[in-house]
Amino acid sequence: MLTRRLLQAIPVLLLATFSVFMLLKLLPGDVAITLAGENATVERIEEIRRLKGLDQPLIVQYGQWVMGAIQGDLSESLLSGEPVSTTLARVFPNTLFIVLYAVTLSVAVGVPLGILAASRAGGLGDKLVMVLTSVGVALPNFWIAMIFVVIFALNRAWFPATGFVSPFEDPLAALWYATLPAVALAASGMAEVGRQLRSSLVETLHSQHFRTLHAKGLPFRSILWKHGLRNVSVNLLTVISLLISRTLAATVVVEVVFAIPGMGNTIVNATLQRDFPVVQGAVLVMVLTVITVNLVTDILYSILDPRIAQQ
Amino acid sequence: MSTAAVIDATAPLLDVRNLSISFQGRRGQPSSNIIHDLNFSIKPGERVGLVGESGCGKSVTGLSLMRLLPGTAKIGGQVLLQDIDMAKANSKQIRRMRGKSIAMIFQEPMSALDPVFTIGSQISEALRLHERLPRAEERERVIEALAEVGIPAPSQRIDDYPHQLSGGMRQRVMIAIALINRPQLIIADEPTTALDVTIQAQIMELLTRLSEERGMAMLFITHDLGVVAETCQRMITMYAGQIIEDAPVDEALAQPAHPYTSGLLRSLPHFNHERGNFAYIAGRVPSPFMMPDGCRFAARCPHRIEGCDAPQALRDIAPDRRVRCWRSEDLRLNGAVDTAPAPMPEVIS
Repeated sequence: MLTRRLLQAIPVLLLATFSVFMLLKLLPGDVAITLAGENATVERIEEIRRLKGLDQPLIVQYGQWVMGAIQGDLSESLLSGEPVSTTLARVFPNTLFIVLYAVTLSVAVGVPLGILAASRAGGLGDKLVMVLTSVGVALPNFWIAMIFVVIFALNRAWFPATGFVSPFEDPLAALWYATLPAVALAASGMAEVGRQLRSSLVETLHSQHFRTLHAKGLPFRSILWKHGLRNVSVNLLTVISLLISRTLAATVVVEVVFAIPGMGNTIVNATLQRDFPVVQGAVLVMVLTVITVNLVTDILYSILDPRIAQQ
Repeated sequence: MSTAAVIDATAPLLDVRNLSISFQGRRGQPSSNIIHDLNFSIKPGERVGLVGESGCGKSVTGLSLMRLLPGTAKIGGQVLLQDIDMAKANSKQIRRMRGKSIAMIFQEPMSALDPVFTIGSQISEALRLHERLPRAEERERVIEALAEVGIPAPSQRIDDYPHQLSGGMRQRVMIAIALINRPQLIIADEPTTALDVTIQAQIMELLTRLSEERGMAMLFITHDLGVVAETCQRMITMYAGQIIEDAPVDEALAQPAHPYTSGLLRSLPHFNHERGNFAYIAGRVPSPFMMPDGCRFAARCPHRIEGCDAPQALRDIAPDRRVRCWRSEDLRLNGAVDTAPAPMPEVIS
């Protein structure tokens, strides 16, 4: 199963990087002009184009990039000359840290909310949770991010407004700096996890085999915590796996708001400057991450549900 | 002292008195009265068939005995089982009764077991609620229980998940779960409806045998009168939320006292009937919102006369027979069998 899944990943990777490459080329603007500096002659710009291989047909440029990537060479930034792999190794852990922080928060808050709502389905607690989570789902996270900066960083100064500390240097400071962005990212995640868990739990608690559990004489807490959670664990896993991918995408905007040196900022800057090797490399890493998350999810499915394991 | 008197002196195991069940309607809508003034009892070890067409309230009655109805249901009257009134007991008392005194088997074995736990853990979970045993001994007991309900190679099957078993096997597992704590009363709600005909017979044979061996009473909810005839001692017929007849099985089959019971019996397909000629009862059960004051069956009854629109009481017509029809003494109703039941003709394939 693993080999088949890995082979399936190849066309996905090619399609994703190819479409990003083409989109970049469609944008107006030319990195050669930037590189040539002010008052450069037309000949100088042409020379730079030739040097960087930008005069080649698009498909050849893409082909060269793919050949390099297969051999582990993601080439260099057109502007700074830094190897793309070095840049990514520097910024990717930062993004991963924020994503994991945000997803952990989403699960840590969303799961109790979902259980609370489901165990009092139709009651006051349930309605309160549902209203709160609808708000959480509806608000865009960049807006929440800006509001948080205004309230908790500028007015109260509880958290820093911008900036980032690497978790490898100072884990505590890293958590402190990452809290506002993580909470902004997690606001919709908590709501999502809570709502999805509630609806699948309510459905499960009313299924036929739960009547059998009541008939046995099991108390409600065993029914909820043992059978209920085990039965919805596959749904929960799906939600979390989708959430990781979606949070990864959402960091692009939130990192800009908080000036975090992560993948999002790197992609945005490189795109603005038409530095396509950097964008390509970053997209490759993002797609690889999503594919890995999906693969791990599928493996966990078969552990959690014996019916899937058998297939 | 006659034998009849001795049996009568035995206190009933289950005594249902004036049971009524209604479901609260949504806001602004009337609540529906599903069961009204239900009275019956079951003696220890007795097998009683509860019959009637779909929607007459048999399943709701069965669920109410275990208090398994949803929260919107309102229960009135008494359900006395071993000094506990299940209709009024608190949730802790109810849990103590479930499994230990009263257990239930459901219609759908395919969906009645938890798919993500092994059958062994689902049986031992039921056992553990009433009896704490060392692990090894507990496993022994579960294997024994599986063997008792006829599961081959139980020591290997114990670690199977429900999806690895056939429908018949799953129903056997359900029976093992229900019987692991040796309850005095088991409610079987159409336990064979979803199964193949050959498997149906095996499951019924198993339930009857276990009931006989253990002296366990059984309330068998079904619309299959043939199975009732073979397994039960008494038959209670329900119509539109009421008991309309309660009689020993042989008498009910030979000489039904209520036109509805007679109609049900005549609707049974017979080998000697002409092809395509099914007997049936015309019309349908009145809606719970528009229940007539008089006899609820009157609109469909071929023997209806003036006076049938008066309320009908469940009357004693013999020491062990009750009927809800004021004309029963005047009517000569057809049963399913002649007075001397003939042996079933052998089917040659």
